[in-house]
Amino acid sequence: MNARNHYSSDSGAPAALRVRALRKNYGELQAVDGVSFEVGPGEIVGLLGPNGAGKTTIINTVLAVLAPSSGSIRIGNVDVARQRSLALARTNFAAVYASLPGNLTVAQNLRFFGLIYGVRSLSRRIEELLSQFTLQALRDTKCGVLSSGELTRVALAKALLNRPRLLLLDEPTASLDPAAARDTRAAIRALARDTGCGVLWTSHNMYEVEEVCDRVLFLSHGRILLAGDPRALPAAHGARNLEELFIQLAREPLAHPAEQLA
Amino acid sequence: MRLKPVAAILLRQWYLLRGSPVRALPMFAWVGIDIVLWGFISRFLNSVTAAGINFTAVFLGAVLLWDLCGRVMQGLTTAFLEDVWSRNFLNLFASPLRIPEYVTGLVIASIATSMIGLAVMLVLAVPVFGLSFLALGAHLALFLLVLYGFGVSLGIVASAMVLRFGPASEWLVWPIPALLSPFCAVFYPLTVLPGWMQSVAYLLPPSYVFEGMRALLEGRPFALLPALCALTLTALEIALAGYCFVRVYRRAVRTGLLARYSAETVS
Repeated sequence: MNARNHYSSDSGAPAALRVRALRKNYGELQAVDGVSFEVGPGEIVGLLGPNGAGKTTIINTVLAVLAPSSGSIRIGNVDVARQRSLALARTNFAAVYASLPGNLTVAQNLRFFGLIYGVRSLSRRIEELLSQFTLQALRDTKCGVLSSGELTRVALAKALLNRPRLLLLDEPTASLDPAAARDTRAAIRALARDTGCGVLWTSHNMYEVEEVCDRVLFLSHGRILLAGDPRALPAAHGARNLEELFIQLAREPLAHPAEQLA
Repeated sequence: MRLKPVAAILLRQWYLLRGSPVRALPMFAWVGIDIVLWGFISRFLNSVTAAGINFTAVFLGAVLLWDLCGRVMQGLTTAFLEDVWSRNFLNLFASPLRIPEYVTGLVIASIATSMIGLAVMLVLAVPVFGLSFLALGAHLALFLLVLYGFGVSLGIVASAMVLRFGPASEWLVWPIPALLSPFCAVFYPLTVLPGWMQSVAYLLPPSYVFEGMRALLEGRPFALLPALCALTLTALEIALAGYCFVRVYRRAVRTGLLARYSAETVS
């Protein structure tokens, strides 16, 4: 493992997510190449990178729907490979490509997933989330006829059902209008602050990342090229803003990550 | 095994039925047509052949029992396909749901829906065509157990096939009961089959059921050994089917198939 390809939060508390030397190969193709990082409790970490950088592969391995070629993943103190069900009971996710069954209503979907996650006082929890995401009027509407923005709100409500300690959000605001996106960012920030839930957030919206994330990890070709405070990184690397830095890194990935880190 | 996730799978099936009553139609429509068709064929054969053979019991009873086995398989496969059609795999398998809980939920859902089909079959076959299972006595419970179990094992294997080969392979799984029926000796004694087909038949639990049913209807006993063979084979085949599903699931996790599974991405 490349020791420079390893990042952790500064917090001394146990990590919500701890990824160590994660690799995923598809034959000759190395989708993720020895990545190590942590997400601290209450910390929002942005996972950034161009398409094909390995972001979704990392999320899928954390969610145990994709087995890593090597490396380990711990959610809290639980090893995902050894205690998959226990680890996932403390986790949840929302992704644009994982919409909820369209033939169930909003309330039915929340009840279905609430039972799967073993949520206590489920009816009360569903009401809280319907209220939090302004979904009361849509409770009996089938998800298949909702707008993409409404679907995103339902997916976020589902993602918070079990009060996760680790939340994985893959472009959670991609389909939202600016006002709804701002409300969602505020809700996620409040969640992380108030409950200590660690959040791993992928987005291509650099303004959003700068606003929401405590720390970012830049991925390219399955490796972490850069890590740090999204508000400080651009100046430190001669870019005007995060978007410029992103484009710079995406167009000219370094021959060796260690050079960039020096 | 936890009850709540199993209940979730059952509740989802109930929501789907309640939300679209059309889904309930296949539960009894096709079995009703089968019963009417074979009921009249049996009645005709009874009228043109010598007394001594009760075609209603032999044919109609066989149709009813074989249909039940197929319904269990189809119910289980359809419940699994609901997750394929609604592209729900990622949400489902990225949750704490365990594979035995998921499969148990599918099995209970399929048994519940096929029970409705069985009730409709009996309502039609008993009063309209005079079908009686009294001659089978307590053996009927054993026959139903074996056929339900075999249907479950076929359903699990069919689901594993869809998971392994993609949604398009659903067209390969529907004809499975029809392909197996000649070997299961549903309508004729095993002795009419050539040797190699008999060898296959001895591995299929329904062949013992239909041989036993004909023996009892002809006043002969149904021996303990074939009963034990049928039960043992059923248990083995369910275990084998479960093993097969788990192997396919693990492969799908290893190769990334599960993460990108949808009608568009799997050919």
